Amino acid sequence: MVVPLEHYLGVSVALFALGVIGVLVRRNVLVILMCVEMMLNAVNLAFIGFADYFKAVDGQMFVFFVMTVAAAEVAVGLALVVAIFRNRATVYVDDLNLLKW
Amino acid sequence: MQILFMILAAIALSSGVLVVFQRHPMRSALYLIVNFFAVAGMYLLAHAEFIAAVQIIVYAGAIMVLFLFVIMLLNLRLPEEEAKPPHVLQKIVGITLSVFVALLLIYGFSQARLPAPGKEAAAGIGNTEAVARALFTDYLLPFEVTSVLLLVAIVGAVVLAKQKLK
Repeated sequence: MVVPLEHYLGVSVALFALGVIGVLVRRNVLVILMCVEMMLNAVNLAFIGFADYFKAVDGQMFVFFVMTVAAAEVAVGLALVVAIFRNRATVYVDDLNLLKW
Repeated sequence: MQILFMILAAIALSSGVLVVFQRHPMRSALYLIVNFFAVAGMYLLAHAEFIAAVQIIVYAGAIMVLFLFVIMLLNLRLPEEEAKPPHVLQKIVGITLSVFVALLLIYGFSQARLPAPGKEAAAGIGNTEAVARALFTDYLLPFEVTSVLLLVAIVGAVVLAKQKLK
């Protein structure tokens, strides 16, 4: 254990909070998707920190699967963005209020 | 090692801040690549060499290329958030909520009682070998399900992005 677990968890929490800020504050749906990626990365970092702490490889397995899901999510999400842009000519979430009460 | 970790953490956090607060999505995407590389460096420090390589190939390679491709495809000439005045209340509430989330997480982690750290792994087994062994024995079923998930994602992306045939 060269780097203590607390350091990994601290950086992970900070990155996750930054991602939450981005999702809540930004209005460009592409930037929101990027911030979701950053939050997934923060969780991966916590998994890797725990995997290093317990000297177990299981944490790395979870990171592997999270990455796969993230790749699938980005592919479908960006396809949705392109489809919405084709119909509505906007990428700002304020303008996409069709499903709002 | 500690110093290297601190440097990488500083790079990751500062580039993360820049991702959130850049006006143009293209710059956000470029800073996000820097962020991914810094996180990959932290994975290396945690003895997760295989995951670090996958992080660079999949995240910084494939996913970010997809993002840049879509940003260029949509050709957003105007920088964001100029037509309308920025929502001050939205910013304040968003930052407050995320700080609250961070404090909640820190409280949760500080309350947790962790078991003792694990023993050092057996010598001679590299990280990639250990990952492969776990992936193809204990985690074989999730691994196979993952391939189905990727297939579904490919089909979904193609269907969504396809032009309507008239």
